[in-house]
Amino acid sequence: MDFLNAIVALLNFVVIPATSYGAQLALGALGVTLIYGILRFSNFAHGDTMAFGTAMVILVTWAFQSVGIHFGPLPTALLALPFGIAITAALVLATDKAVYRFYRRQKAAPVILVIVSMGVMFIMNGVTRFIIGVGEIRFDDGGRFIVNANEFKKATGLAEGLAFRSTQGLTILTAIIVVAALFWFLNKTRTGKSMRAYSDNEDLALLSGINPERVVAVTWIIAAGLAVIAGTLYGLDKSFKAFNYFQLLLPIFASAIVGGLGSPLGAIAGGFLIAFTEVGFTYAWKKVATYVLPDALAPDGLAQLLSTDYKFAVSFAILVIVLLFKPTGLFKGKAV
Amino acid sequence: MNLRNLLLFGFVALLIVLEGTTTAFGLFGGSWNTALGILNMGLISAILALGVNMQWGYAGLFNVGVVGFVALGGLAPVLVSTQPVTEVWTTQGAGRLILALLIGLAVIALAIVLYGRLRGRNRTLAILAVLIGGFFLFRAVFDPAVDVVESFQPATHSNLGGLGLPVLLAWPVGALFAAGAAWVIGKTALGLRSDYLAIATLGIGEIIIAVMKNEDWLARGVKNVISIPRPVPYEVDLQRDPGFIDLAASFGSDPVTASTVAVKLLYAGLFVVILLALIWASEKALNSPWGRMMRAIRDNETAAEAMGKDVTRRHLQIFILGSAVCGLAGAMIVTLDSQLTPGTYNPLRFTFLIWVMVIVGGSGNNWGSVLGGFLIWFLWIKVEPWGHALMGLITSGMAEGALKSHLQDSAAHMRLLTMGLVLLLVLRFSPRGLIPER
Repeated sequence: MDFLNAIVALLNFVVIPATSYGAQLALGALGVTLIYGILRFSNFAHGDTMAFGTAMVILVTWAFQSVGIHFGPLPTALLALPFGIAITAALVLATDKAVYRFYRRQKAAPVILVIVSMGVMFIMNGVTRFIIGVGEIRFDDGGRFIVNANEFKKATGLAEGLAFRSTQGLTILTAIIVVAALFWFLNKTRTGKSMRAYSDNEDLALLSGINPERVVAVTWIIAAGLAVIAGTLYGLDKSFKAFNYFQLLLPIFASAIVGGLGSPLGAIAGGFLIAFTEVGFTYAWKKVATYVLPDALAPDGLAQLLSTDYKFAVSFAILVIVLLFKPTGLFKGKAV
Repeated sequence: MNLRNLLLFGFVALLIVLEGTTTAFGLFGGSWNTALGILNMGLISAILALGVNMQWGYAGLFNVGVVGFVALGGLAPVLVSTQPVTEVWTTQGAGRLILALLIGLAVIALAIVLYGRLRGRNRTLAILAVLIGGFFLFRAVFDPAVDVVESFQPATHSNLGGLGLPVLLAWPVGALFAAGAAWVIGKTALGLRSDYLAIATLGIGEIIIAVMKNEDWLARGVKNVISIPRPVPYEVDLQRDPGFIDLAASFGSDPVTASTVAVKLLYAGLFVVILLALIWASEKALNSPWGRMMRAIRDNETAAEAMGKDVTRRHLQIFILGSAVCGLAGAMIVTLDSQLTPGTYNPLRFTFLIWVMVIVGGSGNNWGSVLGGFLIWFLWIKVEPWGHALMGLITSGMAEGALKSHLQDSAAHMRLLTMGLVLLLVLRFSPRGLIPER
C-alpha cells in the first residue's frame, strides 16, 4: 500500500507536471530550432512571440465568452487558437518582410540577426504589454479535472490523491498531435522536404530550384503556430504573464541546444530532459521518501535538492554540461 | 573628435540643460534635481556602455548577461561598507557558513582535478560521486548555518552584514566580483559558437539575480538593504551647516533645494572622474598594438590565429575586462541609490537597454558608447512622460470609458516599444551608429 501511495504521489507531483511542462518546452524549442535550421540565427524574440500569440488567443477567448460561445468541457481558448495563430503568423511574416529580409539579402552575420531579433523582442514585448497589460491573467474554463484527487482517493482507498487537470491532459495530447503533424509535414510533403533540404545545404537547395523566400515564409508560419500553441498551453496550465514568457526563453533555448540546434527530434528530447530535471531537482521528495523508506530512514527536512526559485539554474547547468562535453547537442545539431 | 561629434555631445548637453531650466511645451521637467538625476545615471550608463563596447566593439563578443554582472557589482557596497552583524559571527553562524562555502569550492576543484587526471568510465563515476557526495555534504553544513544567520532579527538584519569599510573601496571590489564571474563563464562558453556565449550569459545573468533574490544571508534578498553608507555628505547635514546655508543664499536658493543639488553634483563629480579615467584608458588601449590585435581578431579570427595570436585567451581577457567595468558600474548604481534592491534588476533595463546604447552610439567607438549612454538614458527617462502626454492628447477627444483608461494606462509601455524601434532603425539605416568606428 505504501509503495502504491509513493507511486501515486510521484505521478501527481513529478511525472504529470513535468510531462506537461516538457511538452510546452518541446513545442517552444521546436520553433527555435526550426528558425535556427532555416534562417540560421537564435531568435531571441521567440518568448515574446509566444506572449503576443497568447495575448491574442486570450482576447479572442474573451470575445467568444462574451457572446456565449463555449467549447463544452474543453477550454474556450482552444477555439480561439486558430485565430491567435493567424494573427501571430501575419505579424511574424510582416516582421520578416520589414526587418529580417534586409539582413538575409545582405548575408549578414548570424550575430547581427540575433541583435535584430533583440530589437523585435523589445517591440513585441511592448506591443503585448500595450494590448493586454502586465498583470497575471487566468483564462482557462471548461472542466477542471480529468481525475479528481478526492474521487481518486474514494475510488481506490489510497491515502494519496491523484489529480490530473484537464489542462495538463490537453497539453500532452495537443503536443503529441502537433509534433506528429509537424514530422509528417517535414518528412512527407514537398514543402517539408524542401525545408529540410534548404536547412541541410542552402546552395544545393537553391540550385535545385527551391524558392528560398517560400521556405522562409513557411518556416515563420510554422514557428508562429508552434509558439502560439506552446504559449497558450503554458498559459492554460499555469497563467498568463508577459514577463514569464520572456523568462521561458532560457529553458527553451536550453532544450533546443541540449537536443542539438536545428534538430527537431532533439528539441523534443531536450524539452523533456530539461523539464524532468527541473521538476526533479526542485520537488520536495519528503512525501515519496516517507512512503518508500523505513521509518528510521525517513527524512526530517523537505528533502528538496534546490529551492524552486533556482529552476533556471537547473536548465542552465544541463546546458553548460552539454556544451562542455557535447557542443553539438545530444542529437547532432548544426555547429556553425 | 571632429565637429560633428562635438555637436552631437553638445546636443545631449543641451537636452540636459533644457531639462534643468525650462518646461517648454511640457517636454521637459524644468527642475535641476531631475536633470542632475538623469545626468548621474547617464554617466553610469556611459560606463556600462563602455564595458559592453569593450566586449562587442573590440572583440565581437555577444554578452546578454550584463544585468548579472551589474547585480554582482551591486553586491559589493553591501558586503564592503555596511556594518557587520556581529551577533551572527559565531562558529555556528558565519563561521560554519563560510566553511560550507569553502567545502563547495573544494568539491568543484576536486571534480576539475579528477577530470584532468582520470579517463573513461572511471572519470565519469568518480566525478559523479564527488559532485553528489559533495552536494549533500555542502547542504548538511550549509543549511543549519543559514538558519542561524537568517533567524537573527529578520525584520532588520538576517544577513552577515559587511566589513564596515569606506564605500568607495566597494567599487573596485564590485569590478572584481564581476570579473570572477566572467572568468568562470568565459572559461566554459568562449571558444564555442557566438550564439552559445549569448545564451550562456543570458543564463548566468538569470542565475545571479535568482541567487541575490533568494539568499537572504548574503544581502537580505528581496527584503532589500537600505541606508548603505555614502561617499558624499547627507542633505540634512548640509542643511544644518551654517557655511552651506550662506553659500546657498549667495546663489539665491533655499538650503533644501541647494543641498539636494549639491549632493547630486558631488556624485556627478565622482562619476565624471571614473568615466574620464575609463575613456582615457580604453582609448589608449584601443590605439595600442593590443587594441589593433583585438580588432584583427574580431575581423578575421582565422587570420589572427595564423599570425600566432591566441584567440580564445584574448577573448577571455577582454570578456573579463568588459564585465569588470559593468561590475564597477553596478557598485556605483547601488552607491548612488544607497540601497540594494535585487527585485529591480530587470534584464530589459540592464542588459538590452545597454545594448541599444552601444549600437546607437556606434559599436567599436568609445566616444560613441558614451554618447549613446547619455542619449538613450535621457530618452528612457523622458519617453514615459512624453508617452503619457501623447496619449492624453490622443484620447482627449474620446469619451470616458474602458478604452480611454486602457490607452492612458498603457502609455507606460511606450518605453520598450520606442527602444526597440530606435534599435531597429539604427541597425537598418546607420548600422555603424552615430559616431562610427574609424
